[in-house]
Amino acid sequence: MTDAVTRPTSALKIGPLALVSCAAVVLGLILPINADGTRLMAHPVTGTAFMLLVPIILATELSLVRRCYGLMAMGLVGYIAAALFAFNDQHFETPVATGFWVLTIACWTTTWLFVSRLSGFDITNRPMLGRFINLIIPVCFGVTLLILWQLIVLGANVPKVLLPAPSDIGLRLVNSVPVLWADFQQTFLKAVIVGYALGCSSAFITAIIVDRVPFLRRGLLPIGNFISALPIIGVAPIMVMWFGFEWQSKAAVVIIMTFFPMLVNTVSGLAASDSMQKDLMRTYAADYWQTLIKLRLPMAMPFIFNALKINSTLALIGAIVAEFFGTPIVGMGFRISTEVGRMNVDMVWAEIAVAALAGSLFYALIAQLEKVVTFWHPSQRKG
Amino acid sequence: MSGTVGPVVTVLIAFMAIWYLAAIFLNIPFQKDIYKRADRIDVPVSELVLDTWSQKKPVLPAPHQVVVEIYETTVLKKITSKRSLVYHTGITLSSTMLGFLIGTSLGILLAVGIVHSRVLDKSLMPWVISSQTIPILAIAPMIIVVLNAIGISGLLPKAMISTYLSFFPVTVGMVKGLRSPEVIHLDLMHTYSATRLQTFLKLRFPYAIPYLFTSMKIGMAASLVGAIVGELPTGAVAGLGARLLAGSYYGQTIQIWSALIMAALLAGALVALIGVLEKITLKQLGMAQ
Repeated sequence: MTDAVTRPTSALKIGPLALVSCAAVVLGLILPINADGTRLMAHPVTGTAFMLLVPIILATELSLVRRCYGLMAMGLVGYIAAALFAFNDQHFETPVATGFWVLTIACWTTTWLFVSRLSGFDITNRPMLGRFINLIIPVCFGVTLLILWQLIVLGANVPKVLLPAPSDIGLRLVNSVPVLWADFQQTFLKAVIVGYALGCSSAFITAIIVDRVPFLRRGLLPIGNFISALPIIGVAPIMVMWFGFEWQSKAAVVIIMTFFPMLVNTVSGLAASDSMQKDLMRTYAADYWQTLIKLRLPMAMPFIFNALKINSTLALIGAIVAEFFGTPIVGMGFRISTEVGRMNVDMVWAEIAVAALAGSLFYALIAQLEKVVTFWHPSQRKG
Repeated sequence: MSGTVGPVVTVLIAFMAIWYLAAIFLNIPFQKDIYKRADRIDVPVSELVLDTWSQKKPVLPAPHQVVVEIYETTVLKKITSKRSLVYHTGITLSSTMLGFLIGTSLGILLAVGIVHSRVLDKSLMPWVISSQTIPILAIAPMIIVVLNAIGISGLLPKAMISTYLSFFPVTVGMVKGLRSPEVIHLDLMHTYSATRLQTFLKLRFPYAIPYLFTSMKIGMAASLVGAIVGELPTGAVAGLGARLLAGSYYGQTIQIWSALIMAALLAGALVALIGVLEKITLKQLGMAQ
């Protein structure tokens, strides 16, 4: 009963969201979910899961059980019920009826209730729990989106060409792993990685040279800032003309796209160390290189990582769009543009899922590296 | 100010010189080929150089060729003509602006929601950030083709891509801006017994305006990229993106470069326009430095 003590106002009070959820579940269980009159109880497992939800929500909201157990049960049962409901093909054999939509609303409100209670959870003094909750909330949000996407697309009979259901995309993803892997190799492992590495490193070296020559810094920085705002992606057709259809031309586009953000950020990062710190280095009689390596580069790291993060998404976009201007018959951009032409929209979405996953992992990798390298920076400190 | 003009001009001149030189070297192989076929040997160097700067389909056109092409397709053509670059720029500009307006409004709305609701902050914010790791430009052709298939065509599909690209910087910037009032100011509003709406209108929003303009500049540039890429899959009908694609199909390098320069000028003009608006607004609000 500790929770009842810490937050006495919330005890014995049911929020409107919880009431709506309970009402929707009960109504959904009573009303037919299909046009031929079947009710949800015709599918006993799903039906039982939904039935369990009502007492769990009430018990949690009324603080009859400890809040954390109640929430755990609510999340677990809620998501299991919603997933069973959304991903069982039998629900969509005949046109859906009112009960189906009421249950869809129930899925939405229940998961929303769960997330909102979870984010209101008192996490002071419990850093581990806090970190876990901050991780689980966006995941829950994503799963909710997927479930609602599935329910609405199949329930409303949205044409497959317009928006395929997540289950179709998943099936296509699993069935065409070799093709997707070949595309991934061509676009990501060759063009993106090579272009990203060359573009960022050459910009880094240029930035150090520019930094040494104040004249260049004053001349190049405004231009670099201006070019960063330009639609550089437009050079893609030129690069394809110069370097051919293979991955080299895509890498060239990636190099050009990543160069200027890196240049501008590194140069402003090198200017980030303040005069006090530079004076300290002078009192140590440090020469240019020592100052650069021990003071100015570490101080520039937050800026450099900012550019690396921006570039990680730019690189993928550049490589994929460059493939629209001509490729061999493999590659993510090629696959997307041809499958769109053949109206195989689920394949396109599978390719997009791969691209999104690769992009997110790439980003996460750099963010993790940033944590290690710039552990001293205020934004990385704990607590 | 005078400290940057000199260096910038110098760098630009150096850049032009490199461009002309590169044009010579990249175009020489083809030019030699032409001489060979015309059975001409011992062409003087000066003629060779001049010829590399005036090919019809050069590997790299010289700057003056691009300038002439832009002049011919803007000033010398009627605006309504399909060969006029102004016509194509206008089409790209309209979808850029529409997408930018929708994207900025959406971005502000999301930011307001995120700042005022804990649930949205925790659940939506991570997705706003990860939404940008999805290469939306890759989906651009699908959005266009699919919307075309169900009868929605023209401005809106292209504007949607611009919207997706431009809402993100605005959301992130506005969340930061709306949270930038200090606690002491929020406390003052509290002592006035101000409602959330009043606090928002009188404190948070004015504080967020400088952030809004900074993000709008980024959003505008992104929006233009979205509009250009959105024009690729429609089969090179109209717009700067279509000019790029048509140019690459037919090897019209001068056309590609002129479209590219035009896009750059457009981006520069749009960002500068927001800069001017920013100056005026901040001056009105008494925030100008």
